[in-house]
Amino acid sequence: MAEKKQKKFTNPFGTVVESLYDLFDKKAPRYLLMTIMTAFLIYLPLSSSRFTQEIMTNLFFYVVVCLGLNIIVGFAGLLHLGYAAFFAVGAYTTGILSSVYGVNFWLTLPFSIIAAVIAGLAIGAPTLRLRGDYLAIVTLGFGEIIRLTVRNLDITGGAMGLIGIQRPVLFGIVLNQITHFYYLFFILAVIAIIVSYRLHDSRLGRAWEYIREDEDAASAMGINVVQIRLYAFIIGSAFGALAGSLYAAKMTAISPESFMFIHSVMILLAVVLGGMGKIPGVILGAIIVTLIPELSRDIGQFRLIIFAVLLLILMLYRPQGIWPERQGISTKL
Amino acid sequence: MALLDIKDLTLRFGGLCAVNQLSLEIEEGSIRSLIGPNGAGKTCVFNCLTGFYKPSSGDMVFMGTSIMKKKPHLITHMGMARTFQNLRLFKQMTVMENVMSGMHCRTNAAFAGAVLRTQSQKAEEKLIREIAEECLDFVGILDKKNYMAKNLPYGDQRRVEWARALATQPKLLLLDEPAAGLNKEEKARLINLMRRIRDERKVTIFLIEHDMGLVMKVSEKIFVIDYGVKIAEGTSKEVRDNPRVVEAYLGKEETEDAV
Ligand SMILES: Nc1ncnc2c1ncn2[C@@H]1O[C@H](COP(=O)(O)OP(=O)(O)OP(=O)(O)O)[C@@H](O)[C@H]1O
Ligand SMILES: [Mg+2]
Repeated sequence: MAEKKQKKFTNPFGTVVESLYDLFDKKAPRYLLMTIMTAFLIYLPLSSSRFTQEIMTNLFFYVVVCLGLNIIVGFAGLLHLGYAAFFAVGAYTTGILSSVYGVNFWLTLPFSIIAAVIAGLAIGAPTLRLRGDYLAIVTLGFGEIIRLTVRNLDITGGAMGLIGIQRPVLFGIVLNQITHFYYLFFILAVIAIIVSYRLHDSRLGRAWEYIREDEDAASAMGINVVQIRLYAFIIGSAFGALAGSLYAAKMTAISPESFMFIHSVMILLAVVLGGMGKIPGVILGAIIVTLIPELSRDIGQFRLIIFAVLLLILMLYRPQGIWPERQGISTKL
Repeated sequence: MALLDIKDLTLRFGGLCAVNQLSLEIEEGSIRSLIGPNGAGKTCVFNCLTGFYKPSSGDMVFMGTSIMKKKPHLITHMGMARTFQNLRLFKQMTVMENVMSGMHCRTNAAFAGAVLRTQSQKAEEKLIREIAEECLDFVGILDKKNYMAKNLPYGDQRRVEWARALATQPKLLLLDEPAAGLNKEEKARLINLMRRIRDERKVTIFLIEHDMGLVMKVSEKIFVIDYGVKIAEGTSKEVRDNPRVVEAYLGKEETEDAV
């Protein structure tokens, strides 16, 4: 069965990605490529329209949330269907502290992370002891509960949402241009990528992989499965909340509609599409999910249909996602 | 005091009594075997010891502490390691990574260490690698450390499992049919390896095995169970001459070998 599936990916798209993967697997070309890309992305706003910068900022935002969800879904193998709720937690924490209490934006960030950790613990601690399917249901429910709660509370501005969230100030500059946010989200995306790689190549990252491969064998090796999963859940949630806080600062206004189920689905789609657990794959997934709707307005309307078809093709031909699995002798160690 | 003391251990699955009032002791520094026909409940005893099954009654005392209510990872932490009857490797990971898993319970870097790459985290990673390499060297497959576990031949995969168990730095090593599927030469090497594990690493070994020749060669004392009940214990000679054992086990073994 498994062998049959492996053989199927002789499609040209797969081959292109495979050679790309080789490129990423060796350190020198990877660093060279990264340097060129970073230089290009730093230069980009100097010679591009507001529109392009807007799209790119959106892309960086997606890279961050996708990498955050990837820690939960990809690294730890937990199905999470309500991730948008966690960036809602971040966005509303910053929103309320900033617009109602006038707290400096940067000071709201620790609170946003704390709120996400508490929410993550409240959801994760009881459910992660149970079988995997429960987490999917509970997170799905949590997503809706958060949306309905912020819709009905006064402090969150009800259905209208919150307005008047203060702009962040950095080195005396008020961040109110799209170019500012372009760089802010770019930095956040770079941090997210570095953190993801470092987590992946660590004791914690390996523990997630052991558990994903064989839960019983992992616990026989002395790994506390529940605790290690909870780590993933909380770290991923904190990622989402941080992105949510920055989103609130960029928009200066947030409403419950920014955090609907469909957003959770799109983020999950990007992670699955690119290849769960594989960082370049997840970035590729984020690129696909954010850029396809922008290609033309007409396509934008059929976005969901296109993604549904894409996902179907993928499930048939490459269930492991676009990015290839590690093969044969690894050069990693 | 014995390293492991099992008293009246009973494990029921509904009406089936897989382990029945079993008592036995494993002394530190010994090699002990548990034998019995197919379905006798041997693997169930291991699963109780390592916390995977909840015994119905009785007691298990490891290094002076009851492990009746302990979770598997805590029991490993206390110094008990196991291998599985059917190989349970992390197939999509390298041999090295597989063995590094054993060091998880002996180290403690978490999020901050991983992200900030602190000095202590780096030192710990280095230690994990050193111990893993040492264990791979001990079982003789250090040259295969960068292979994907699933790409190794069966005999080598078994050795990865032993190295992985050794990497947890156990006091007591439970081996569930380690010789199954090995050829003559590999079995001879296994006997040698078990003796070295005991003598050089001071690890006590508790072994389940069907290959009577191997069991008699390597272990000083043998426990025989049938339908979860202990029917004999003693030296290989005593056990071989015990009529109950001959009836329950040795008679059946011949038919099994014929298959
Ligand atoms: N999880 C379980 N649920 C119900 N019955 C079980 C379970 N695990 C084992 N059993 C039963 O307990 C009995 C003992 O099984 P066990 O696996 O311990 O045998 P064994 O002595 O290891 O046999 P073998 O030599 O074939 O490995 C068998 O009848 C088996 O069917
Ligand atoms: Mg068995």
